[in-house]
Amino acid sequence: MEVFLVSLLNGLVYGMLLFMLASGLTLIFSMMGVLNFAHASAFMLGAYFAYSISLIAGFWVALFDAPILCGLLGAAIERFGLRRVHRNGHVAELLFTFGLAMVIEKVVQMSWGLLAVPYRIPAGLDFPLFSVYGTQFPAYRAFMLLISGLMFLAIWLALTRTRVGLVIQASLTHPEMARALGHDVPKVFTLVFASGMALAGLAGVIGGNYQTTSPSMAVTMGPIVFVVVVFGGLGSLLGCFIASLLMGLIQTFAVVLDYSAADLLANVGLTVTRSSPFGELLTMPLPRIGALLPYILLVLILWFRPRGLMGTRDT
Amino acid sequence: MRTRTDLRWIWVIALAIALVLPWIFFDWKTSRHSGFVLTMLSEIGLMIVFALSFNMQMGQAGLLSFGHAVLFGLGGYTTAHALNAIRTSGIWFPLELVPLIGGMGGLAFGVVIGYIATKQRATAFAMITMGLSELVGAAALMFMTFFGGESGITTDRMIESSLVGASYSAPWQVYYLIVFWVFVSVALMWLHTQTPLGKMANAQRDNFERTQFVGYDPQLIRFWQFVVSGFFAGIAGSLYTIVYEIVTYDALAASKSANALLASYIGGVGGFFGPVLGATLVVLMQSGLSLLSNSWVLYIGVLFIVMVMYAPGGIVGLLGQHAPIARIGRLHELVLPYVRILVPALITVFGFVLLVELTSFVTIGATQGKKFKVGSLMIDAATAQPWMLAIGALLIGGLWLRLASRGFMRVWDGLIEEAKTLGGAAR
Repeated sequence: MEVFLVSLLNGLVYGMLLFMLASGLTLIFSMMGVLNFAHASAFMLGAYFAYSISLIAGFWVALFDAPILCGLLGAAIERFGLRRVHRNGHVAELLFTFGLAMVIEKVVQMSWGLLAVPYRIPAGLDFPLFSVYGTQFPAYRAFMLLISGLMFLAIWLALTRTRVGLVIQASLTHPEMARALGHDVPKVFTLVFASGMALAGLAGVIGGNYQTTSPSMAVTMGPIVFVVVVFGGLGSLLGCFIASLLMGLIQTFAVVLDYSAADLLANVGLTVTRSSPFGELLTMPLPRIGALLPYILLVLILWFRPRGLMGTRDT
Repeated sequence: MRTRTDLRWIWVIALAIALVLPWIFFDWKTSRHSGFVLTMLSEIGLMIVFALSFNMQMGQAGLLSFGHAVLFGLGGYTTAHALNAIRTSGIWFPLELVPLIGGMGGLAFGVVIGYIATKQRATAFAMITMGLSELVGAAALMFMTFFGGESGITTDRMIESSLVGASYSAPWQVYYLIVFWVFVSVALMWLHTQTPLGKMANAQRDNFERTQFVGYDPQLIRFWQFVVSGFFAGIAGSLYTIVYEIVTYDALAASKSANALLASYIGGVGGFFGPVLGATLVVLMQSGLSLLSNSWVLYIGVLFIVMVMYAPGGIVGLLGQHAPIARIGRLHELVLPYVRILVPALITVFGFVLLVELTSFVTIGATQGKKFKVGSLMIDAATAQPWMLAIGALLIGGLWLRLASRGFMRVWDGLIEEAKTLGGAAR
């Protein structure tokens, strides 16, 4: 029970972090058809910007400034890069962001070094909030939950209560129709791309000191976010939300459940050792397979249901 | 059919160059080959096969894969296990034919992976290959018996059985083996583009629905194209194993897949020979630039972005755009405009490179206790002058380039326009 509750909370924290990244990506992917490889790079840049800003002006300034920087960068990328490449089709756009992700990783290595930087949790939030069955729950994780919860609320309000939000919603499901009705879709694209990158940057600010801030964080986070977006389905923020939480919980629970398929077979009276056929696969403990689970899910969903969990169109 | 005969000559010339190249770098004093050059040439050869097999999917069938190295790496692992098995069992199996085993390995895994991946196309195909790439990559680090975990599988190419009696202890013997297989593979892949399967792959890329109306199953076309491409990727992986005598996780990692993508795209995915050019260029940059600079990945990345933005047809596409002007015999009129944009372009590149090197020196090089030298000229990164020079060159060069390129485009558009009207009149 103790393990269950703690893992549930941790899974929730991680899932919400994933959602902050994935929500922007879902919007960009659904509206513009661009699978933005540089999205996880914005996550990384957010963390690095926050590290540098917090050295000068403190964490709370960084919390606001770093996402804005990422958003401005996103606007510039969309306005001067993607819009130009758009003529050459979706594959060219995808390749453009792919090259961008590569370059950003190198630029980060160049500017902040090859190793992780000591980006720490602010002192004001570095205390245990409460303890569950003797296991302490850090206040910072609660703070992360709070920020991502607020973000969720803000996105929801922006999408349902503002005019731009309605245009975005319209472009999600009927991109051609929205354009035909005379809305300035390119401008909306820039806005969505910039806000998506800003959200990813914010996720970086609060996630960078929760995990580690290193040049490889984009490469490790990127594929998982793609899994969430594809799993959740094109054009569905709700699907994206469910997929984020699911992926967060799966990954957290896989780490704590130290069983393997061999243990399961032992219950029905079959003994499997490493030397028996498929022994290596069957005795592999779940925490090690945990890293594979998102990709297995991705392949399965694309294989059998390419529109994802709640998608409205095929990927 | 003049162009056809021209193409045949290119094959012969390329073969002659490939055979002679190692002897240019031969050290007559010590009568030894340059090991560095031989390894680099071998790497170019296997990357050409790898990039071409990638382009069978990307260029020919319109399938963008982010996991092509999986087929390459699995072909490599298959070869390593085959070589070890041949050694321990003592079966006579000539090394010259071992790449076939790797190819069959790539083909077998191509059937499995292709069965899953080619159910989809376009972006979904790209995603599914990325998922499979991550999956196999993670599995390679977990399962010891087949992948050998982090240390990989080591092998020995000297299996003492050969069709021509070579021991393959010397790198030049391996190089000639690779030249042979590269030419066989490239020729086969070229012939494949002429087969009904190759043509139908083009058809379903260009017009997906019409292919179905004509009575073909695009999914089946994609599948077979994927499998054939897997065979050649397996051969490339096999050559890799024979050269380095070790296969690790790196051979099937995402960065290797990215290499194939970069090489194909920089060279040009539109024609058959684009990836050959791209692979050569990328390996040269990899081995040459990496000696000079830590930041060579950045340069390749920037080159890639510039290509995607301004020359989606790659180098071959850029050259091809000159064809109509060459036909009307006005190519010489472009020389002066080219010189005019070359000067600001060089200044921009100089400023950019200097800025990158200064930054990376301050954060990485200086901590390793290195000194920043260009030839014998010492540069002190702590002073402002080099930074000002870099930023100044970048800004001035960039603005100048913008202005100059406008003038260039005027001349270019005029020539293309004339070529069109003249071409129309000739017809």
